[in-house]
Amino acid sequence: MPWRLLRFALNKKHPEPRMFTFHEKLKSSYDVVIIGAGGHGLAAAYYLAKEHGITNVCVLEKGYIGGGNTGRNTTIIRSNYLTPEGVQFYDESVKLWQDLSTDFDLNLFYANRGHFTLAHTDSALRTMRWRAEVNKHYGVNSEVVGPEVVKEAAPMIDLSCAGHAPILGALYHAPGSVARHDAVAWGYGRGADQRGVEIHQQTEVLGIDVQAGKVKGVNTSRGYIATNKVLCAVAGSTPRILKMVDVKTPIYIHPLQAMVSEPIKPWLDPILVSGSLHVYISQSARGELVMGASLDPYELHGTRSTLDFVEGLSTHMLEMFPFLSGVKVMRQWAGMADMTPDFAPVMGKTPVEGFYLDSGWGTWGFKATPVCGKTMAHTLVNDTPHPLITGFSMDRFRNYALTGEKGAASVGH
Amino acid sequence: MKILTCPLNGPRPVSEFFYWGEVRPMPNPNLASDDEWADYVFNRNGAPGVKKEWWCHTPSNTWFIAERDTEKDVVLKTYFYQGEE
Repeated sequence: MPWRLLRFALNKKHPEPRMFTFHEKLKSSYDVVIIGAGGHGLAAAYYLAKEHGITNVCVLEKGYIGGGNTGRNTTIIRSNYLTPEGVQFYDESVKLWQDLSTDFDLNLFYANRGHFTLAHTDSALRTMRWRAEVNKHYGVNSEVVGPEVVKEAAPMIDLSCAGHAPILGALYHAPGSVARHDAVAWGYGRGADQRGVEIHQQTEVLGIDVQAGKVKGVNTSRGYIATNKVLCAVAGSTPRILKMVDVKTPIYIHPLQAMVSEPIKPWLDPILVSGSLHVYISQSARGELVMGASLDPYELHGTRSTLDFVEGLSTHMLEMFPFLSGVKVMRQWAGMADMTPDFAPVMGKTPVEGFYLDSGWGTWGFKATPVCGKTMAHTLVNDTPHPLITGFSMDRFRNYALTGEKGAASVGH
Repeated sequence: MKILTCPLNGPRPVSEFFYWGEVRPMPNPNLASDDEWADYVFNRNGAPGVKKEWWCHTPSNTWFIAERDTEKDVVLKTYFYQGEE
């Protein structure tokens, strides 16, 4: 070991600054309390501080920063959705992503790769065409391409998919990208922290004090906090929090699993998704193949992994890429996805005054992190939903006016 | 949970079963208000707990009820539907 490194390690006063300020105690009151220090919650805190000058904000986190679905997704960023609401919303998000590394002064490893959604049937190809046209109408770069373009972008692919599901074409979305997901939470967290927002990890919310239909405070495992505004951004734990304020929603929780292979030489540049085979795959900067499939088939409030998942996903992977048969799976994990019946989020105000919701992000939340933070910050400050999220209000169910976003990942359609 | 006990066929791998959500009483469609009906159609009890759920053993098309802890993924008991309680 070099002498300087040893001296550095033994030195009690490290010159490196900590990324986040440690706060010994909670204050007795805050202007805004955000539950959940994942990407969405921290992004909201960041934009509250940066764009609205509200810094008396506390972010409460049961576990650690970015330990929920922010650190469990497969890091794909895209905006080729199907409904006008979805396309506009995610497109705004993709634009925000592109400047984020500079904004944070932190390398997010944002890599523009191009994104193919493979079509194995005529009906799938029709849906691709529809998505491409909706996208183009809103100025989003999407087009339908033939199998030869897929082969050129990913030469190792078996276009017949072992003869079971020949690839007829694909929806190609050039802005499709990947980014390092933990860094997104850290970047937003540090940015908020530097502007005076307090992040309290290992602090669980035990109850929400609602009096006469208004939020008055939050009970935590480290004491009571008075506040008039609470933002709930807790993904798979949303129903638990909603139970505390007695608000009913259609949100239900199914686990979503993913896995990575051992690192191998770079061979796959684009991101590939196959709805029919339930596979999505990209190669990370480290060379690991990041793979996901579809939602687990029943409700569960836990993050256990199953062998069924690895078997099923590997089978389909080998149909697409037979040469991977010798590659080992390195690890697998799961996240709790908060699903909605129309595959669109539930965002904005709730019947409880001062209680705001950023939820229903199921399998599609990571790519929306920046725009969610921005629109929720706007919603909290103005007490009216941001124009981009009016289509995602919880009233839509009572009014039978669902959004019908079928461009979401990991769901069959 | 890897094995689920079907009341007709005994313990079987969970991949043979199909999950159809929590058992929920349906309000009378002729008497329910629009809000009550929308509540029935859309809203779910998403919080964890011990829930009564519809399950189906697909090879034999046997529908039954399982009482399951949705946080621990442990089935407490399974039995045939006995009508509204």
